[in-house]
Amino acid sequence: MKKIFAALVSGVLFGVGLAWSGMTDPGRVAGFLDLAGAWDPTLALVMGAALAVTAPAFRLILGRSQPLLDVRFRLPTTTVLDRPLLAGAAIFGVGWGLAGLCPGPALAGLVTGSPLVLLFVVAMIAGQWLAARVTKRT
Amino acid sequence: MTAPDWSGGLGGGALIGIAAALLLWLDGRIAGISGILGGIGDAPGDRGWRFAFLGGLVLGAGGYALAVGGLAQALQGGPLLMAAAGLLVGFGTRLGSGCTSGHGVCGIARLSPRSLAATATFMAAGFVTVFVTRHVLS
Repeated sequence: MKKIFAALVSGVLFGVGLAWSGMTDPGRVAGFLDLAGAWDPTLALVMGAALAVTAPAFRLILGRSQPLLDVRFRLPTTTVLDRPLLAGAAIFGVGWGLAGLCPGPALAGLVTGSPLVLLFVVAMIAGQWLAARVTKRT
Repeated sequence: MTAPDWSGGLGGGALIGIAAALLLWLDGRIAGISGILGGIGDAPGDRGWRFAFLGGLVLGAGGYALAVGGLAQALQGGPLLMAAAGLLVGFGTRLGSGCTSGHGVCGIARLSPRSLAATATFMAAGFVTVFVTRHVLS
């Protein structure tokens, strides 16, 4: 129960952060990706500020033997740079560039009630499901 | 160049970092939105914290929107573009094991070579995609 409450609090902070930073606006994100246009550096500020917190904080936290509310840290175990990683990132980047939306801002952006953002989220879940099926078969 | 949103970018970004650090410190989990979402279909016994985090994300963004009187959301296209982009984002983040938050904010903080490579790849793909759609095709 405590773990679930902690996740809720973290999610709320994350959602406020996304909305406050303007990253829920696809126009700002696409503006960042538009290097040849009226480039908008805000996304770089967001990532820089987030990393300025996570880089030292993760180092401190992962120096502990376990998290506060669980028996172990659950971190990705793969370390190789393989084709699925790079192909997946490239495919994601194309979709991100087309809509100016990545998973967090898309979910947070549902609060405006836009049916097009809902369509994006449904398609995104379908895409995840499809990729899970494809990778399971190989 | 577009003027960046300094306070929102830095403040919101720092809040995203704090949220990610909190989730790792308390629950031992990586705050990667695509992974948290995709994991709902994988492990039935492990869903509670995922729903709590994603629900919190929407609540946080919704609360912020209420407080400031709405969120800007400049959509980049119609139903066809949103559906196609959503599919690509879902497929790509699943295949590539992460998105902007998991690879970009959490993975880079751990200096994970996979996350550094993935972030460079999806950024590059995003830059190229926006260049093509805004400066070549139009």
